[in-house]
Amino acid sequence: MSLKRPAKDQPQNFEFNSSSLDAANKIMSQYPKEKKQSAVMALLYIAQKQNNNWIPLVAMKYIAKFLDMPYIKVYEVATFYSMFNLSPVGKYFVQVCTTTPCMIRGAGKLVEACKEKISPSENELLPDKNCSWVEVECLGACVTAPMMQINNDYYEDLDKEKTLEILDKILKDEIPKPGSYRGRINNEPENGRKTLMELKNA
Amino acid sequence: MLKDQDRIFQNLYNDLGSDLDSSQKRGDWVDTKEITDKGRDWIINEVKDSQLRGRGGAGFPTGLKWSFAPKEVGSRPHYLVINGDESEPGTCKDRDILRFEPHKLIEGCLIASYAVQAHVCYIYIRGEYFVDGQKLQAAIDEAYEKKLIGKNAAGTGWDLDIYIHYGAGAYICGEETALLESIEGNKGQPRLKPPFPALVGLYGCPTIINNVETIAVIPTILRRGGKWFASLGREKNTGTKIFCISGNVNNPCNVEEEMNIPLKELIEVHAGGVIGGWENLQAVIPGGSSMPLIPKDKCETLTMDFDSLVAEKSGLGTAGVVVINKDQDIIKCMARIARFYKHESCGQCTPCREGSGWMWRMLERMARGEASKDEIDMLGDVTKQIEGHTICAFGEGSSWPVQGLLRHFKDEIKKRNNFDPIVKETQNIPYLVDQHLLDKNA
Repeated sequence: MSLKRPAKDQPQNFEFNSSSLDAANKIMSQYPKEKKQSAVMALLYIAQKQNNNWIPLVAMKYIAKFLDMPYIKVYEVATFYSMFNLSPVGKYFVQVCTTTPCMIRGAGKLVEACKEKISPSENELLPDKNCSWVEVECLGACVTAPMMQINNDYYEDLDKEKTLEILDKILKDEIPKPGSYRGRINNEPENGRKTLMELKNA
Repeated sequence: MLKDQDRIFQNLYNDLGSDLDSSQKRGDWVDTKEITDKGRDWIINEVKDSQLRGRGGAGFPTGLKWSFAPKEVGSRPHYLVINGDESEPGTCKDRDILRFEPHKLIEGCLIASYAVQAHVCYIYIRGEYFVDGQKLQAAIDEAYEKKLIGKNAAGTGWDLDIYIHYGAGAYICGEETALLESIEGNKGQPRLKPPFPALVGLYGCPTIINNVETIAVIPTILRRGGKWFASLGREKNTGTKIFCISGNVNNPCNVEEEMNIPLKELIEVHAGGVIGGWENLQAVIPGGSSMPLIPKDKCETLTMDFDSLVAEKSGLGTAGVVVINKDQDIIKCMARIARFYKHESCGQCTPCREGSGWMWRMLERMARGEASKDEIDMLGDVTKQIEGHTICAFGEGSSWPVQGLLRHFKDEIKKRNNFDPIVKETQNIPYLVDQHLLDKNA
């Protein structure tokens, strides 16, 4: 279980804007009417998206009221799942996978790059920076390790140099191209695949 | 090597496009109505004949699971839930199905829903796969538009709605009952079984839960026949499987191959060999991080299927093959896996919540050479205290890799950690204590 603490500075008010409301109502229609609570994770995501990628306590209270459930149940869910940020993160939120398959292909170098470019320790949002980074557990792209995620996108087949380039871009507020950084196509083997050959040549 | 025409996932590398038109050219959605017209019993029997075993890790026979769903729908509706919470380190196969073969999955959902009489299907996708989930959503929207799902889906007379539910970064939600808790809007902590989800599942209703890959191979099995699928691989370990080969190989990749393929062929032919040559191989984790590693000498002849790996005291799991060569510190590798489990334990059962942290800290110490001799046995003891004493299989998943390390690399640990215990034996130390936490001067 990861330890998560809500931010010290909390806003006083929160309510969904109209696009968030639309999204919330659409989500609610996916679940049985009497099971509104099922939408809590999706609503937390919506709140997080609306509030610069983090969820203030007042938003949890708002969602609790919205779904007619106890505030503590929303709090419980928000603190359990690691993707809900309870304190501010950068506009570009860098998550570096360091679990064994990435580790043995050099994920440590990616962490070094983040320390050099973004902040000395993880989960730190420096006042002059638009991004923050964190080490995370397996992101499920082991074949293209080492890799990292920036906001929703995966950046794969990295090394330190390429990571530095990517970080330079986001520090300049440019969105780098996601995908493999060794130019490979998806999860096929580089240099000579042995399967589905006709399709490749088609 | 498996013949190309026997590969189910023709678009594994996205040579052909994942949209509906391209998928139909590959044979998806072509005669779905003809399949459902043959009836539920025929479908379930055909799946039983194929001897398909679940692709999510446990390898439970799929046809048998479906037959557990109540025959008549009572006052409670049935649900189909697809487990796409792929988070097992070493595994990235479902992601490729979600983004490149979404229509195989959606068609499989329709057939499976029909077979178990569900009108609503939830596909649970890990939150990090948001982009891939959006691709699946686009395919679902396409299928609704073409009336392949929705009311009278694909002309079968069956109504089906499919919704995506995103997870939010919790490995434990891949456990089927934790996944149901998560859909219900709770934290993902597994439930006690029985009752099994087939009778009391989502919202207390009968629920069948299958892995993405399991459901995505269903339409092809029914088209080509259970016998065809069963003719691949060997008895009880049939069909094809997507293997993910990662770690210290020259060309890490995903590849669909026949069950029972030799491990050496997977590594040498498909993944371009071990970095530094076969002689540089140290060990292989054959089925995702929960499965005990296999040392090099056994890798020579090992074949990859459920039963032959169980015979080696390991398992096929998700078929995420992690290759570790001699340039790596094997204790460190396992310590990192232990840290993963410590991070992901849901905290519900004490042996797992506390034990996963113990295993991690002890292994870290062993990697640094700071542990004492007797801690090696103590570590083995801790794994035994966890295994079998928890609500879900996470306890086994976290302790098995450590047991594998102790089984095959004990000498390596001993070599590095060969000094006497800090606490003298004459002292009365309670059973199972982390010695480094005690006062070292005592």
